[in-house]
Amino acid sequence: MDDLRSGGIDCDIHPAVPALAALLPYLDAHWREAVVQRGLDELRTVDFPPSAPLSARPDWHGASSVAAVGAEVLDPFGTQIAICNCLYGVPMLFTEDMAAALARAVNDWIAREWLDQDPRLRAGIVVSPQNPEFAVDEIERCAADPRFVQVLLPVADELPPGRRAHWPIYAAAARHRLPVAFHGGTTSKHAPSAVGWPSFVTEEYVGRAPAFQGALTSLVCEGVFARFPDLRVVLLGSGVTWLPAHLWRLTKFWRGLRMEVPWLDRPPAEIVREHVRLTAQPFDLPADPAQFGAILDQLGSDALLLFATDYPHWHFDGTDALPAGIAPALARRIMVDNPRATYPRLTETVS
Amino acid sequence: MNVTVRPLATTPAASRLSVIDCDIHPARSTPDALAPYLEQRWQDLAATFGTPRRLGYQEGVAYPKGQPNAARRDAWPPEGGPPGSSLPFMQAQHLEPNGVAFGILNPLGATGQGFRNLDLAAAYARAVNDWQIAEWVGRDARLRASVVVSYEDPPAAVAEIERRAGDRAFAQVLLLTRTAEPLGQRRYWPIYEAAAAAGLPVGIHAFGYGGWPMTAGGWPSYYIEEMTGHAACAQTQLISLLLEGVFARIPALRVVMIEAGFAWAPALLWRLDRHWARMRAETPHLTRPPSHYARESVWWTTQPMEEPERHRHLLDVINWLGWDRLLFATDYPHWDFDDPAAVLPSGGTDAERRALFHDNAAALYGLA
Repeated sequence: MDDLRSGGIDCDIHPAVPALAALLPYLDAHWREAVVQRGLDELRTVDFPPSAPLSARPDWHGASSVAAVGAEVLDPFGTQIAICNCLYGVPMLFTEDMAAALARAVNDWIAREWLDQDPRLRAGIVVSPQNPEFAVDEIERCAADPRFVQVLLPVADELPPGRRAHWPIYAAAARHRLPVAFHGGTTSKHAPSAVGWPSFVTEEYVGRAPAFQGALTSLVCEGVFARFPDLRVVLLGSGVTWLPAHLWRLTKFWRGLRMEVPWLDRPPAEIVREHVRLTAQPFDLPADPAQFGAILDQLGSDALLLFATDYPHWHFDGTDALPAGIAPALARRIMVDNPRATYPRLTETVS
Repeated sequence: MNVTVRPLATTPAASRLSVIDCDIHPARSTPDALAPYLEQRWQDLAATFGTPRRLGYQEGVAYPKGQPNAARRDAWPPEGGPPGSSLPFMQAQHLEPNGVAFGILNPLGATGQGFRNLDLAAAYARAVNDWQIAEWVGRDARLRASVVVSYEDPPAAVAEIERRAGDRAFAQVLLLTRTAEPLGQRRYWPIYEAAAAAGLPVGIHAFGYGGWPMTAGGWPSYYIEEMTGHAACAQTQLISLLLEGVFARIPALRVVMIEAGFAWAPALLWRLDRHWARMRAETPHLTRPPSHYARESVWWTTQPMEEPERHRHLLDVINWLGWDRLLFATDYPHWDFDDPAAVLPSGGTDAERRALFHDNAAALYGLA
C-alpha cells in the first residue's frame, strides 16, 4: 500500500445500531419498559435502504460489529483513528424526552461496545436537537470522555441550523472544543427539498447537496461564527465539488445585501474557509483528473478537506479513498494534519 | 449591487456587442393595468377575495427585498409607475445603450402563477399573455413574450400553450421554480409535451411560492438566504427533471433555467452521474447518464453571474458546462442587473463570447 494513503484519520465511519434491543441495557427502567411495552419500532432512517448499492460496499458487511469494522476498514487503510458517526433515527423522533433518553443510550452503547473495544475509535455525540437544553446536557455528560470528539446534528431539521434556537448547542460545543458535525439526510420534518418530496432514493441523495447549501448559508448568515469564533463545523458526506460555486453566489449577494446581516464583516467565502471543513467522501468528482486540480484551486485552501471512507457507504472501491493524482503533501494534510487541526481532542488523546 | 447607469453612447454603436437579453421583467404601470385583458367576473373575484398564494401576505413577498421592488434605484420611469413599466424608458435606459437585439419578457408578480384559485390563475395567465402582446411585443419588434401558464393546473396550462402555439410573438413557456411538487413529476408532463409540440422551450425562472420552506431544514431568516437558495431550488428541479426521465420521454423538450446562476451546474451533473451510475437500477427509464440529457436539452441564463475571487475560476466552469449552454440575461430592471459590457471576465474566443451573448439564444428561440 502507498504509505501516503495509510495511517490516516478517518473522520466518517458509520457503526449501525443492530436493533433497538441492543440499546435496552443503556436505557433507564422507565424507557426500557416503554420500548418493550409500546413495541417501539426500529429507528433506522429512510436514507440508506439496506440493500441499495449506495448503502454498503459489496465487500463491507460489518457496520454492526467492531471486529468487522477493524478488519474491513481500519486495518486495510492503516487507520490510526476513526470517528464513529452513528446515524440512528434519534433526531427524527417527535417526542423530545424519548429522543434525549435514546441519545444517551446510543452514546453509552458506542462508548461501551465500540470505543472500549478498539483504541483506534472515537465518536460523535448523538444529541436530541428537538430540545437544545437536553442536547446541551448530553454534550456536558459525554464531554467528560475525551473519546467523544464532536457533536452530531442532522443537516436538515425543523429549523435551519443557524437559527438562534440552536445556539446553546454551539456554545456548549465550543466550550468543550468539540466541532459540530452535520450529517446528510433530513429528519423529514419538512420535505427534503424546496419543492416537495422526491420520487427516488437516488434523487433524495443527490439532493443532499442543495440541502447542505441551505444549511451552510444559514450558519453563515445568522452569524453563528461571529458569535462563536472558536466554533468549527464539519460537513459529513456532503459532497465537495458544489462548494466553490455556492460560495461565489453567497459572497456576491453578501456584497449587495450585507446591510441585512451586518455581523458579517468579511466575505462569506473567508468565513467558511476558516470555520468549515468537509469530509472528502463522497467528493463528486468528474472523470477528468485535471478538473480535480481546478476544484482544489477554486476551494482556495488546502485546510478544508478531511479524510473519510464514509464506511460502509459505497463511493469507491479498494483503498482509493483519495482522488487519483493527488499530491503527496496534500494527501498528508487531508489524511492527518487537517483532522488533527479540526479535532483538538484527537491531539489530546493520541500519542 | 446598486448599478450606476453609464452615460449613454460612450461606445460607438457599431462597435458594441449585440446581445440577446433572455430575462427582462415588464411591469404593469398601474395596479389595474391588466383590467382591459381580464373578463369582468375575474376582476370582481380578485377585488372581492384577493389573489391568495401559498404565502401569508395579501400582496408582496415573504422576505423584504433590499430595495423597493427589488429594482435598480435608477430604473424608476420619469413619467411614474414602477420600474419596468415604461417601454420608452426601458428602450432609452436598457435596450438601446446595451445593444439589445432581442429581449425575452418574463412577467413576474400577480400573473396567476402560484394562485391557489386555479380558475383565477388561468384567467390571469391568459390576460398577462394578451397584455404582453398588446403593450410590449406589439410596440417594439425586439421583444418576445413568454407564455405564462398556471402550472399547478396542467390542463389549463396546456390549453394556454395551444392557444399561443404558432404565434411568433411568444418565445417560450414560462414556469417558476417554487412549485407544489418537483417539476419532473408526471403531473407536469402534459405541459412539456404541449411546449415541445408547439416548438417552444420551457423557461423555468427562479421564485414563486410552492408552500414548501426554502430549505430542507425549514424557513431561513433573511432575504440573502432566499436569494442564495434559489440556486439550490433550481438544482432540485433539474435533478427531478433528469431523474424522472422527462428528457428521455420527450426528446424535443428544451429547458432554460432562468435567474438561478449556472456555476453550480457542472458539479451537480458530476454528482448526478456518479450516484445515478451506482443506483441506476432505480431509474431504468434513463438509458444514458443524466448529464448527457442535460448537455443536449438544458440551457442556463447567466444572471446573476457568479463572481469568484479569481476570474479564471468562472472560465473553468463555463468551459466545463460549455459556452453553447449559456444564454446572456440582465434581469432588467432588478437590482442585481448584470451589465453586458462588464459582467463576463475576459476569456473565451470571440465566437464563444458571441455565442453566449447572442447566437445561442438566437438559435434556441429562433430569433433573427
